[in-house]
Amino acid sequence: MSTMLHDVNAGLAQGTDAPLLQVRNLQVWYPDAAAVQGVDLALRGNEVLALVGESGCGKSTVAGAIAGLLPAKVRIQGQILFDGRDLLREPEASLRALRGAQIGMIFQEPMTSLNPVLTIGEQIAEVLRRHRRLSAAAARARAIELLDLVRLPEPQRRVDDYPHNLSGGQRQRVMIAIAVACEPRLLVADEPTTALDVTIQAQVLELLSSLRRQMSMSLLLITHDLAVVGQYADRVAVMQRGCKVEEGTRDQVFFSPRHRYTQGLLEASLQVDPELHYTRVKLAEIRHTVDPDSGAHSFGFTHQERLAPAAPPAAASPAEIPAAAAPPPVLEVRDLLAQYSSRYGTISAVKNVSFEIGRGETLGLVGESGCGKSTLSKTIVGLNPAVAGQVILDGTDLVPLGGRALRPHRAKVQMVFQDPYASLNPRLRIGDALEEVLVVQGQRDRAERQRRVRAMLDAVGLPQTAARRYPHEFSGGQRQRVGIARALILQPQLVICDEPVSALDVSVRAQILNLFAELKREFGLSYLFISHDLSVINYMADRVMVMQKGVAVETLARDRFFSDAAHPYTRTLIAATPDWPRAPVARADAAQVPDRLTRFA
Amino acid sequence: MKAFIQRRLLQFLPLVFGICALNFVLIQLAPGDLAEVVAGETGQVEDGAGSAEYVAELRHSFGLDVPAWAQLAAYLKRLVTFDLGYSHRFGAPVGDLIRERVAATALLGVSSLILAVGVGVLLGVLCARWRNGRLDRAVSAAMALCYSVPVFWLALMLLVVFGVKLQWFPIGGMQEVGIEAAGPWAQARDVLWHLVLPVVTLAVYSTAVYARFTRASMVDTLQEDYIRTARSKGLSELAVVFRHALRNAFLPVLTLIGANVGELLAGSIVIETVFSWPGLGKLTYDAVVNRDTSLLLSLLFLSSLLVMAASLLVDILYARLDPRIDIKR
Amino acid sequence: MKKLNLQTWIGAAILLVVVATALLAPLLYPGDPLDMSATPYLVPGQDWHYPLGSDLMGRDLAAGVAHGARVSLLVGAAAAALTLLIGVVFGTLAGYWGGWVDNLLMRLTDFFQIVPRFLLAIILVSVLEPSVWVVVLSLGATSWTHTARVVRAEVLALRHREYVQAGLAAGMGHVRIILRHILPNALTPILVSTSIVVAGCILAESGLSFLGLGDPNLLSWGAMIGTGREAIRTGWYMIAIPGVAVMLTVWSLNVLGDTLNQYFNPKLRD
Repeated sequence: MSTMLHDVNAGLAQGTDAPLLQVRNLQVWYPDAAAVQGVDLALRGNEVLALVGESGCGKSTVAGAIAGLLPAKVRIQGQILFDGRDLLREPEASLRALRGAQIGMIFQEPMTSLNPVLTIGEQIAEVLRRHRRLSAAAARARAIELLDLVRLPEPQRRVDDYPHNLSGGQRQRVMIAIAVACEPRLLVADEPTTALDVTIQAQVLELLSSLRRQMSMSLLLITHDLAVVGQYADRVAVMQRGCKVEEGTRDQVFFSPRHRYTQGLLEASLQVDPELHYTRVKLAEIRHTVDPDSGAHSFGFTHQERLAPAAPPAAASPAEIPAAAAPPPVLEVRDLLAQYSSRYGTISAVKNVSFEIGRGETLGLVGESGCGKSTLSKTIVGLNPAVAGQVILDGTDLVPLGGRALRPHRAKVQMVFQDPYASLNPRLRIGDALEEVLVVQGQRDRAERQRRVRAMLDAVGLPQTAARRYPHEFSGGQRQRVGIARALILQPQLVICDEPVSALDVSVRAQILNLFAELKREFGLSYLFISHDLSVINYMADRVMVMQKGVAVETLARDRFFSDAAHPYTRTLIAATPDWPRAPVARADAAQVPDRLTRFA
Repeated sequence: MKAFIQRRLLQFLPLVFGICALNFVLIQLAPGDLAEVVAGETGQVEDGAGSAEYVAELRHSFGLDVPAWAQLAAYLKRLVTFDLGYSHRFGAPVGDLIRERVAATALLGVSSLILAVGVGVLLGVLCARWRNGRLDRAVSAAMALCYSVPVFWLALMLLVVFGVKLQWFPIGGMQEVGIEAAGPWAQARDVLWHLVLPVVTLAVYSTAVYARFTRASMVDTLQEDYIRTARSKGLSELAVVFRHALRNAFLPVLTLIGANVGELLAGSIVIETVFSWPGLGKLTYDAVVNRDTSLLLSLLFLSSLLVMAASLLVDILYARLDPRIDIKR
Repeated sequence: MKKLNLQTWIGAAILLVVVATALLAPLLYPGDPLDMSATPYLVPGQDWHYPLGSDLMGRDLAAGVAHGARVSLLVGAAAAALTLLIGVVFGTLAGYWGGWVDNLLMRLTDFFQIVPRFLLAIILVSVLEPSVWVVVLSLGATSWTHTARVVRAEVLALRHREYVQAGLAAGMGHVRIILRHILPNALTPILVSTSIVVAGCILAESGLSFLGLGDPNLLSWGAMIGTGREAIRTGWYMIAIPGVAVMLTVWSLNVLGDTLNQYFNPKLRD
């Protein structure tokens, strides 16, 4: 695969001359597949290089190879020069001297990356005592300083806490403290904020950025999130299927991408942009195909399309239509109180929430973890009993109903789940799983069931042969399509989409969002669309509701959301969403890149 | 800590009651009642009219002629006061019989536990660290064999080889008769000499259990994210395996130790029988042979208490080692 | 089929031989193995009519081993089946319903875990008259706790899995959910541990019959070891032969279980 290299020197702003890290023709093989095929990278001192790609492109493998943390069964070839020394040829003892002292690492999962039986102070002191030979007391004192440096409040008290006393964001700060403790020259951060909430993500990235500048470290940032890259990277390298396809400065890659894959990724990425709405634009899609004969992979992408302006949907601005003429809302929730029990006791997850969803409307629900959105959706669908309040679906209050009485109403509201790998029974064929749903709702005629299954598979863009196959034969995106088919086969009026694209790659995300929009038009559906990602909400929602700690703090029309939000929490959420980089003043080769409007706040 | 112990003891209470009730039910299940059995043995049953009276007399003396619930109440009262009754076979109060033998079984059990845990955990760690290496394959194969060996058979075989043929170790008993005269050190050495075969036999199965389980637990733990973090700090392999991995991997092993105390007691029954070790296990066997049900049930009650005590000890130790368990609650 | 190592092949071969012996025993050695038809204390190889020798009462050891295979396998399999049945039912009910059902069943599980299993089995057998079915019953009634806990954990996790939630949201009844969606996915660890459970039951059965608590009308390997104990000084082969039979059978079952475990558990695949 050809690599598109921009003239790197032209964009060099901060780096010093000799590269700190040089990767030459790196190739990595796992026993069953090649993970990295001939990657070259160069990272200078004091700069941020972002390594971007979708899942499976090999970016984490590259990071693992640099740190020397790949499992024993891999084969590696090539060179990784750190300060002139080839890390692949150094003895293990000298590599261990480098790790922690010269090369620091930060990983993706803060919840499991700390040892649960040691205090955080001990875990920070450990790296100091290993490389700096400090006494226990001196190491502990330095650990407290580091905790302060990563902005953990009350460091003297916290230093003796165990990881389970800390939240995800706090644990990631501790990881950063461990990584920078010995002031390494290179930091490798592998998806450091992917598992964190949006507001925490912004804080952690900001912390990382300022620490890096303060200590003059270089940062190799591995991520799939282009918005993050746009905000924090100096230079960008794009990977696809084990190869590097493009490299350049951030501006070069973002505003004059040369490789088609990069262009596709950029176009398919969502940003907070008033024009990017499902009623106006169909998202660019990247489709990967495998040639059945040669096994060769290829991809194609469609550009963003403007849609023909349709008659404004009935619920576009419900406030403006006189109440008498508007059809009754498909869902009305009044003063809903819901709980769930965990081993810590019963937790009130939804506190007096009230809202409406009109027919054919999409209500976007935004909130971070613990805000109650999952409990809310489960209560509406009838998986969780409500303690008080009303859930009026198509005119009937579901709360007092149970068992048999509830069954016929269940068909009217269905759910699409977040995790495509857990949402299908691995032992049932797709067709059987879809038919079963119909059987449960009383459809006895087998021929009719099969007809509906075929029609549904068609509607979600899956081939008819899919019915005979098992879930493990499908990719994540395809499984999500099956999940949508299962939700829609009962012809519901309201579909609750619980973070349906959060677990998907950028390219697949665009396809699924386009599918949601298309199905909505075709079947006249209403959606309760839940996401923590404001750019997704910006695309999919007609109105937006924000939840925090079980309470609905604000509800606004989507068009006014980003400009008129008043509640401090909403403003924090909006501020935490990374800015998409603004194009510099007119350049000749920016012509083929779609117009990007600046943020309209 | 005290509250923790109190809470756990409270949880055990219904279990204790359940065991007592179970015991009582089992007594009632035994065909024929004690009075008839005893009468039969004393040979008085052949008599014509006199035997029925004799049996009735016995029944009264055993307290068997009152309704069942009264018997249950009486039984519970006796258990609570640790009055374990009288063994007619052995002609001594059960309490005495047990008291004489506890130390011997304790010595056997604790020694073999320490040996099994020490060797088993170490082997498990080494096997997990060098997974699929020669050591791992050899040890795993050996452990699979040790796991499959019937304890009583191994005891007999070792007895034959080391006791009879090679005569390295004595073939039975806990100490030579009259060794006390030679002084405490000589006595201790003698007991130790007698202890070797039984302890080794009892430990073989347990070692295999702990080795296999520790290996599995370590293999799981070594794949955790925090091990990757530890390696990324540049720590030595020793620090990673012992300070980070084993401290976590050992926790489920600890739970297993607590759960296996019952197995240890079971093993001691056959071991003590084969080696004529004068402990509770041999007492159990004798009780089985003599069909002394009440003695058996008292032993069941006692050993259940023992298992509960061990379980509590393990819980406390676990709470100490795992900071996620809040011991103050 | 993945590469199976040597141990697995040997184990499978041994198991096959044992099962074959058990099935063919009445043909190979017709009559009752308890018959004392030979001269006592025959050493193996001394008389080719009795290739494995005879015990101190003159019973043919080879016949004993062959018929003993039937008893051991029968008791082991039946006790394991009972164990699994009780364990799966209790574990599923506890894991699915939660609440007071879970509490009650977990207290019951705790109870049967505290009471020393072997001792309880001994008492049960000595209280009720010893027979094959009593042995099976007492082994099954005391070994189910581990299975119950494992099943409970699996069912608990699956209950919250998204496809189960989707099924409930579509209006599926609990029975359908349990039978079609939960159990087929929860039973993999149970399947894997089946052979190890059988192995454990065979060991326990041999222990019981060694202590004289087996069915007096059936000769099992444990009982052979028990009677041979008296001749330990001179006739040690009377103990060794049936013991080796037990060990090899149990070993092959354990090895099979380990292989299944590796096959189904990709994390453990070496």
